[in-house]
Parts: sequence; structure tokens; C-alpha cells
Amino acid sequence: MNIWLGLAGFGIVFFSAVLMLGLSVLYRKRPYVFRDIPAFTRLRQAVGLVVEDGSRLHVSLGRGSLTTPQSASALAGLALLRRLADLTSAGDQPPIATSGDATIAILSQDTLQTAAEFSERATFDPRMGRLTGLTPFSYAAGAIPAIRDEKVSANVLMGNFGVEVALLTDAVERENTFVLAGSDNLTAQAVIYASAQEPLIGEEIYAAGAYVDSGLLHTASLTVQDILRWLIIAAILVGALLALAGVL
Amino acid sequence: MNRKNPLSTVIAIASTAIAIASGIFVLGGYFFAQKADGQASLLTNIRLTLLNWAIILAGFAIFIGILNLFQVHFNKIQKKQKGSFYSLLLILSLAITFLFGLVKPGQMEIVFTTVQLPVEASLMALLAVTLTYASIRLLRRRFNLLSVIFLVTALLILFGTAPLPFLGDIPGISDWVRPFIAQVMAAGGARGILLGVALGTLTTGLRILFGADRPYGGNK
Repeated sequence: MNIWLGLAGFGIVFFSAVLMLGLSVLYRKRPYVFRDIPAFTRLRQAVGLVVEDGSRLHVSLGRGSLTTPQSASALAGLALLRRLADLTSAGDQPPIATSGDATIAILSQDTLQTAAEFSERATFDPRMGRLTGLTPFSYAAGAIPAIRDEKVSANVLMGNFGVEVALLTDAVERENTFVLAGSDNLTAQAVIYASAQEPLIGEEIYAAGAYVDSGLLHTASLTVQDILRWLIIAAILVGALLALAGVL
Repeated sequence: MNRKNPLSTVIAIASTAIAIASGIFVLGGYFFAQKADGQASLLTNIRLTLLNWAIILAGFAIFIGILNLFQVHFNKIQKKQKGSFYSLLLILSLAITFLFGLVKPGQMEIVFTTVQLPVEASLMALLAVTLTYASIRLLRRRFNLLSVIFLVTALLILFGTAPLPFLGDIPGISDWVRPFIAQVMAAGGARGILLGVALGTLTTGLRILFGADRPYGGNK
């Protein structure tokens, strides 16, 4: 990366960071109005049901490794897992987290342990954060028993998946339970749209934290994404017009 | 972390500080990779060292993950839970593969080519059925304009990709509609989604750098 490109990249990150901090301060005084995403409304209802009927929540975090860019979706999934573990802390059964990457599995155990300690749940069982397989299909095959056999009534599939996510959504459908699914992978998004009850498209998975009240920085990050998106739109339009005019 | 335990608090603060500092060094190493004379900067060297450590830790994490897998399935067998027979098969397979690796370390690929690969290929084949069934059920699940567009597009792409027996390509669909959908509309949409995903990735990373999301423990 040359020096100017590096500086430009740093500038974008720095601008986003300052904007995010500024907006999080602003939202302390003036609450943010969210656009309606029905999937998150139904997730809240499903989580309420989990607590009421003493069933279990299952969160699957995909196969994104921490050392690759695909980790961001898994990290977004972990933030959601933390919040959902809090929301279901009054229930009888702790949530289960499955993943296809060992580092994400360890982080899911850590997340569940922290949630258990904060909710003062009597014990934390490390088997609730599981590595189910290291290849795409072994991961899916290993996660299916968790959906089927562990009294799960709500599933959240959020992370980096491939086409194997169809096996998971199919298993959920057979059990007639709730599923909210989202991925950063385009192929998986198409599969999820066709097969999941509540699909998240595009960057909606990164909005999950804000929609379940994970904190002001989550809300601020949504606005930062919107602002940057508008800047990109403007840059594309200006670039296209300049190309049409023969300047670029 | 438990608020009553001071050691836990110290560990939480230390792990947060280490995570934030590592993140800043790695990010800085990408942006300021070279010095003015073109040589690798100090930040780049720190970034590469940290990434190498991360790769070693990720390798060790696989070992811990496999122990976790063993523990989960051993517990299932002990408690005679539903599906414990499959757990027994998994543990036996794990043991046999491990022993095979010890006895014939250079021929581990035999296990993958003769067992793993066919099993995964058959699951891939199962996917074709699963996805067809999911597409059929899509309109029953969500009957709206977007679902109709989704199905019509999928059908047009399939018609355009699969030539008719004896006749070959379908005129109009194979040579015009399919390329237009795949190369113009789908490519444009995909780029838009990827830009959105990139922005989401950026803000997720920033939340980790701010310590707002702490999946490594200590998140209040």
C-alpha cells in the first residue's frame, strides 16, 4: 500500500471513529429512531417465548476465522449472543452457541461465561459454546443435532456461512421453530432468502446489536454506516459524471 | 466478569487494553506500511509479529476446539442422550483418525479423500434437493413482490444456463436475458451489498477498538 493510499485509508477510519464517538454522545440526549426491520421485532418475540416456555436459544456463528476479514460477521454475531444471553438469563436453559471455527468457539464460551456471571446464573457449562466441525459441511452436520435435540425454540444464524446454511435452515424448518439468519457471504444470503423464515440481507447483520439495545455505540455505528454510504453514492455519481465528461 | 472479584476486574481491564493496543498496531501497520525510503515500517513489523502470534494461537485453538467437541459428545454418551449413538461414532472416528495419523503420518490425505470428501459431496448433492424444496416453499412462507422477483430471476438464470436437449441454447434467454441479469443487475446489486458489508465490517472493527464489544470477556 503506498503512502497516500495508506493516509486516505487512515483518514476514513479516523473520520468514522470520530463520527461514531460524537454520535454516541448525541444519542444520549436524543434517542435514535430505527427503521422497521420485522426480523428483529420477531426475534424479540421469539426470545420472550424462550424465557416463558423454558426452552433454549441457539446461536450459530458460522465459520469466519478471526485471522480473516470474515471474522467481522462472527464478531457481530458474538455481540448479539452477549445481548441475547442477557435477555434470556431469566429463562431455565442457557443459550447454546455453535461455530465452525475454533477461535470463535472459544470466544463464544467466553461470551456465555461473562453473561452467566453477570446474570448470577449458578453455573456456566463450557459445553454450551461448541465447535461442531472444521469443514463447511461437518460444521453444519454437527450443528443440526443442537437445533433438533436440545429443546431449542429460537435459532439465530449469524456469521460467515456458505451454501451449507441451507442444511441448518432446513433442520430449523423441520423442527418448526423460529430462525433469524444473516451472513456476509453473497451466496449464503441468496440461500438464506429462499430458505429462512426471517432473513437478513446485506449489512443488516451488522445492525443486529443496535436493534437489540446493545449500547449507544452500536446505534451510532448504524448512522456512521449510513453517512459513509451516502458519501460512496456521491463519489460514484461524481466519478460517473466525470467519466462521461471525459475528465477521468 | 464477576464484579465482586478484584482479580477478574484486573484481568478484564488488562485483556481489554491488550486487545485494543493489538488492534491499533495491526491497523496502523496496514496504513503506514512503508517508510519514505520504501522499507517496511516498524508498525508493519509489529503487525506481522502480532499476526504470526495470532496464527499460532489459532492453531492451538483448534486443539482446544477438538477437546471441546470430544467433551460434548462424551457427555452425550454418558447421559445416554438422544443421538448418543452418533456421538459414539464421532468419538470412534476421531480416535481412529488420530491413531492413523500417528501410525501413517504421511498418508493422512487417504482419510480425507476416501471418507471426508465423499460424505461432504453427498451433503452437497443433498443441498440441491433442499434448495429446490426451499424455493418451492418460498411463496408459501413469504408471498410478496420480492419473493416473486427472486423466483423468476432464479428460473431465468436456470433456463439460460441449462440448454434444452437437442435444441441447445434458448434464444433470447441464453444469449441476452441471462447475461444481462448476471453481469449487469446481479453484479451491480452484489457490489452494493459488498460495499454495505465492508462498511459494517469497518464499524464492527471500530466498536472492538473502542472496547464497546469485548467478546474476549469482561463485557458488562
